[in-house]
Amino acid sequence: MISALIIVFREVIEAGLIVGIVLAATAGVPQRSRAVSFGVGAGILSACLVAAFAGELAGLFQGSGQEFFNATILLLAVLMLTWHNVWMASHGREMARELKAAGHKVKTGERTLLALSVVVGVAVLREGSEVVLFLYGIAAQGGTSASGMVIGGGLGLLGGAAVSALMYFGLLTIPAGKLFQVTSGLITLLAAGMAAQAVIFLQNGGWLEYFTTTVWDTSWLLKEDSIAGRLLHTLIGYSQAPNGAQLIAYIVTIVVIVTLMRVVPQGGPKRTQIAPKAHSA
Amino acid sequence: MTMKKLAALAILAASGLATASLAQAPIEVHLKNHRFTPNVIKVKANQTAVIMLYNDDDTADEFDSSSLKVEKVVPGHAKGAIRLRPLPPGKYPFMGEFHSATAQGMVIAQ
Repeated sequence: MISALIIVFREVIEAGLIVGIVLAATAGVPQRSRAVSFGVGAGILSACLVAAFAGELAGLFQGSGQEFFNATILLLAVLMLTWHNVWMASHGREMARELKAAGHKVKTGERTLLALSVVVGVAVLREGSEVVLFLYGIAAQGGTSASGMVIGGGLGLLGGAAVSALMYFGLLTIPAGKLFQVTSGLITLLAAGMAAQAVIFLQNGGWLEYFTTTVWDTSWLLKEDSIAGRLLHTLIGYSQAPNGAQLIAYIVTIVVIVTLMRVVPQGGPKRTQIAPKAHSA
Repeated sequence: MTMKKLAALAILAASGLATASLAQAPIEVHLKNHRFTPNVIKVKANQTAVIMLYNDDDTADEFDSSSLKVEKVVPGHAKGAIRLRPLPPGKYPFMGEFHSATAQGMVIAQ
């Protein structure tokens, strides 16, 4: 029961933090709960599929199918986070103005909801498939009683959900004007961390064998498999001993997102010709 | 447009990646009754190596090591290739995350 609790808790926290950030980043956007629920649902479903076909997946690419799959979905999430941030940067200020002016619902921001459901789906899928395999293993062995597994798993799920809620409500205490900046920053770091993680999977698959030397080692300060290390790993991509390629991916992702956020004109490319007053929410 | 590009990229990547192969003979490691055999694996420092993990148990486990930067699920009665980057001399613990009470091991690079 304890092992079920610990593993489920650990994985749920990791996905939950991402859900919390996405919820805070979309505060005030209508339909966002539906988009996030859709992402979670699709993620759980895909997690079960991935777990069921784990053997087939692992067998692809000379035994490195899993690495290929993980790298692909992580890079997909990075693209979606980038799109969200860039789109929000070009429309965000306008949204905030409209919110303050009329207090009515804002229609903008819905477009990147799809991108964020994908991100939520990927997060749930990655952590969820491990949970499914682990719990299935316990169930199949019959070592722990079924009730112990259900209680442990349930408690782990609740604990993880609580952390997720804490993240969300914690972020919501930030004044509305600053919230956008904070969530943009968090999403940028989230994307950078995911890009660095994708590089690891590409390295483990044997497809990226450059700059594999460790640049620094902070395992004496904070171990990556401690709880704090795991949280920071999920949130900002903390790595106790990053190698060159990891660092390059991390920095390049940040530079690309920040540059795009500044370069893409306010109001978005399609609206530059329209006078700002011409549309209303 | 974006999705099409993505799909095209994925196909392109997949076709290229399929030709990647194992460079050297893998080190065989078995997982049975949630224990690794051998549980101490010696590799040459600063050289790549490949561990072929055979999971002889009925259920899946995850080969997990933060120091080796590997997280890999190996289903029951299946095998998985674990590639090690060139490692500086040292000890690198690993575990089977789903049964960490017994599934413990260490890579020693020297």
